[in-house]
Amino acid sequence: MSNVPILSLQNVNAHYGAAHVVQDVSFDVHDEPVCVIGRNGMGKTSLCRAIMNLDPPTAAGTILLDGEPINGKPPYVIARAGVGYVPQGRKLFQSLSVDEHLRMIKTPRVGRWNTAAVYDLFPRLAERKKVSATQLSGGEQQMLAIGRAMLLQPRLLVMDEPSEGLAPRIVEELVETLKGFVNEGVGVLLIEQNLGVATSVAERLVVMVAGTVFTETTSTEISNSPELQQRFLGVTPTGHQ
Amino acid sequence: MATSEVGATAEIVPQAGPRVRLSRGTVFLLVVLALAVLGIGLQAASDVTLFAQITLNGLSLAGLYFIVASGFTLIFGLMRVVNMAHGSFYMLGGIIAYLIQERMLNPDPTSFDLPQATLSSFLIPLIVSMFSVALLGVLIQQIFLRWNQGQELRQALITIALSIIIADQAVARFGGIAKEISVPVRKSIELPIVGMYGTMRLVMLLVAIVVGVILVLIISRTRFGMIVRAGVDDRQMVTALGVNIQKVFAGAFFLGAMLAGLAGVLGGAVNSVNKSDDGKFLLISLVIVIVGGMGSLPGAAVGAVLLGLIDSYSDVYLPDSVTNYGVLLTFFLLVFVLAIRPYGLFGRPA
Repeated sequence: MSNVPILSLQNVNAHYGAAHVVQDVSFDVHDEPVCVIGRNGMGKTSLCRAIMNLDPPTAAGTILLDGEPINGKPPYVIARAGVGYVPQGRKLFQSLSVDEHLRMIKTPRVGRWNTAAVYDLFPRLAERKKVSATQLSGGEQQMLAIGRAMLLQPRLLVMDEPSEGLAPRIVEELVETLKGFVNEGVGVLLIEQNLGVATSVAERLVVMVAGTVFTETTSTEISNSPELQQRFLGVTPTGHQ
Repeated sequence: MATSEVGATAEIVPQAGPRVRLSRGTVFLLVVLALAVLGIGLQAASDVTLFAQITLNGLSLAGLYFIVASGFTLIFGLMRVVNMAHGSFYMLGGIIAYLIQERMLNPDPTSFDLPQATLSSFLIPLIVSMFSVALLGVLIQQIFLRWNQGQELRQALITIALSIIIADQAVARFGGIAKEISVPVRKSIELPIVGMYGTMRLVMLLVAIVVGVILVLIISRTRFGMIVRAGVDDRQMVTALGVNIQKVFAGAFFLGAMLAGLAGVLGGAVNSVNKSDDGKFLLISLVIVIVGGMGSLPGAAVGAVLLGLIDSYSDVYLPDSVTNYGVLLTFFLLVFVLAIRPYGLFGRPA
């Protein structure tokens, strides 16, 4: 593990008007993936948007990517600096085909990712090149959202609830894909409510409650503790609320 | 027997699968539309030449409307900027071209009209005017609109203010009299069925088709076009994918203003360059974009054709006593489209 973290959040705050949704959040992401867990409305998505400097919320604080400050820069600069963003709900463009989603992105010359590499990783997308993104299945949409983020040769992938609404078998594929990225040295910051996905991708879990980092825990610890699961996520081991 | 049959069908119909439910208003509008088509049809049958001429008039007018409105819809759809100065771009296009052409042709001071232009004394003013208006559009976007992104009311008010300033300056420097841009072609040519017809009107229709094809190619094939379409859907996500959308915005404004300028020159050659064109063409662009759906090129084309034909038919086919109310039909079209498709014919919720 190198000394300079891939991503370093230092006292990051975010506001929606008067609502203080992210409060003094600080943690680092090294080569090992980190997963942020927490119930709905705890500021997880706002944290992602703050990293990308998407407005709203209004973000403040220091955010370092490989030691270089990226906070306050326009989203496109942050993306080009190496943050691949896979937003909640995929946010594909309904007017674009699968292929156009990939071709609209200016891929940096150096790096292993290009359109062909994305199609290699996700052969299903290659079969559906000309199809409008709206006609893809949930799993295919997620593949496309990940594929286009990889075209920026990211140092770090910020993924907001990628497993949401996907079938269990597709979620397993997704987990394998993410592990592949991690092995290639891409940093992963994952936001998840699905504890199964969180624990199988990341060992280190950051728990957010009411906009703050409540505590950090590990997958091993939380998997063995129904009490912690109930406290942090409001789920019982059988999955009932 | 007959009554029982009617009763029976009335009972069966509700169970016969999903039916289109029409509100009373829609039915009323459909009836009016049917009457209008019937009226035009009857009159058309009585004089085919006149009908062909008016239809061609309507289509060439639609061409002009399309060139103006395509730029407007591009800017509106992508940037959510209601550019109230778009009509001014149209007017300036005509004025700049006329003033350049006047210098080039050295007109006889006693004559009101310019002498006939050569190809170069038409094309040079056209091109210079187009690019001047395009640059002005980018300047306005960069100086006045860029720092107000998302503040739609503010942007609308700023562009209204600019259009008033431009209009006053136009009157001061150009004068209030409509003037015609001189063209390097014969006034009219012989067509089958239609008879003698204005050459420039046909040229205008042709240019509109070429512009439409080029725009469709740009939007559907180029990276710029993909980003524009993606930007109409979700601007923020586009920036989060490493695209500097400010450049794209400037490009869209350049293109939109250039098209308005081009239309201004063509309109000035077919009809005249007129100081009141700015308001007229702004209104037309707004109606077309609302009818067609914002950000949609096919929508702009269909809206332009509808508006052009309505303008043209209502001028001739309405009874004399109500001809002056022809302009109201435009708004009738608006109400009709909004009643059945609130986002416009080709529009979708943003």
